Amino acid sequence: MQLTINGKVENLNVSTVLDVLKTKDIDPQLVAVEVNTQMIDQENLGATALKEDDKLEFLFFMGGGA
Amino acid sequence: MSFTEDQITRYSRHILLPEVGGKGQKKLSQAKVFVVGAGGLGCPVAYYLGAAGIGTIGLIDSDVVDLSNLQRQVLHHTPDVGRPKTLSAKEKIQALNPDVQVNTYEERLTAQNARELINQYDVVIDGVDNFPAKFLINDACYMENKPLVHGGILRFEGRVMTIVPNESACYRCIFKNPPPPGVVPTCQEAGIIGVVAGIIGTIQATEAVKLILKIGQPLTDRLLDFDARTTTFREIRVKQNPSCTLCGPSASITELIDYDEPEACAL
Repeated sequence: MQLTINGKVENLNVSTVLDVLKTKDIDPQLVAVEVNTQMIDQENLGATALKEDDKLEFLFFMGGGA
Repeated sequence: MSFTEDQITRYSRHILLPEVGGKGQKKLSQAKVFVVGAGGLGCPVAYYLGAAGIGTIGLIDSDVVDLSNLQRQVLHHTPDVGRPKTLSAKEKIQALNPDVQVNTYEERLTAQNARELINQYDVVIDGVDNFPAKFLINDACYMENKPLVHGGILRFEGRVMTIVPNESACYRCIFKNPPPPGVVPTCQEAGIIGVVAGIIGTIQATEAVKLILKIGQPLTDRLLDFDARTTTFREIRVKQNPSCTLCGPSASITELIDYDEPEACAL
């Protein structure tokens, strides 16, 4: 299905948020995920079904400052 | 308090702005900003806030200046290597603007001292280099009801978000807990383009000035990500998370937490 991930349109064969993370080889512990501006709890990533044209934001930890 | 002739000249470019004026400059001169970390972000933040005539700047950092800091930590000069960062930073800020009172704390921010320190200031700046401290600052600011300007940098990228407790999303609304130690690279391990610290730090300082003057729209409920490789900013809309463990309706965090912490990019 067609999804917008961090502003880029992508076509992926996935059904849940967790599928997207797996496809992209992203460790779920290292990313906060927003679907259509709604934060998804880590434990719900596998249960969150995606639909055509959903907008996903993967927010990675950025810890530096010094 | 009224301004001297010199102060009117010094701040004239502020005073000229209808949104600032003499009244706004007075607000700045009465404001107290707490800058956590006198490093890559803390240096530009404190430098610009000092130039702006912020009345009191609190600076907390337990480190001494290292030669590898000088590529980005612009308040520290070559002869400062080996000296406490708070002292080095204070000297430069006061050389720039003797009007500014600089309170220095040569220690780490901990669950024990965070609330008491933050309580004495109006706005808090996150300029720290590790996740335990970022969560500690977020939680303490929420508990003390103080606005916080969060910042983060790594490699070619940076991020800013302003947090107004009970009004906008907090750091934990996005990131529930710190990542497992060691899995997210630090600046020390992964590097940082020095100027990115300046870009992000000066945006943080801008946010602090706006919060004090109550002008414009704060960077709340928006995460601003910057990528220097493409010179692009991306704004991600966020909102208060109903399941936030700090500021949500069924919040479970009522006390500060000192997460076990490996040294991040302190040097």
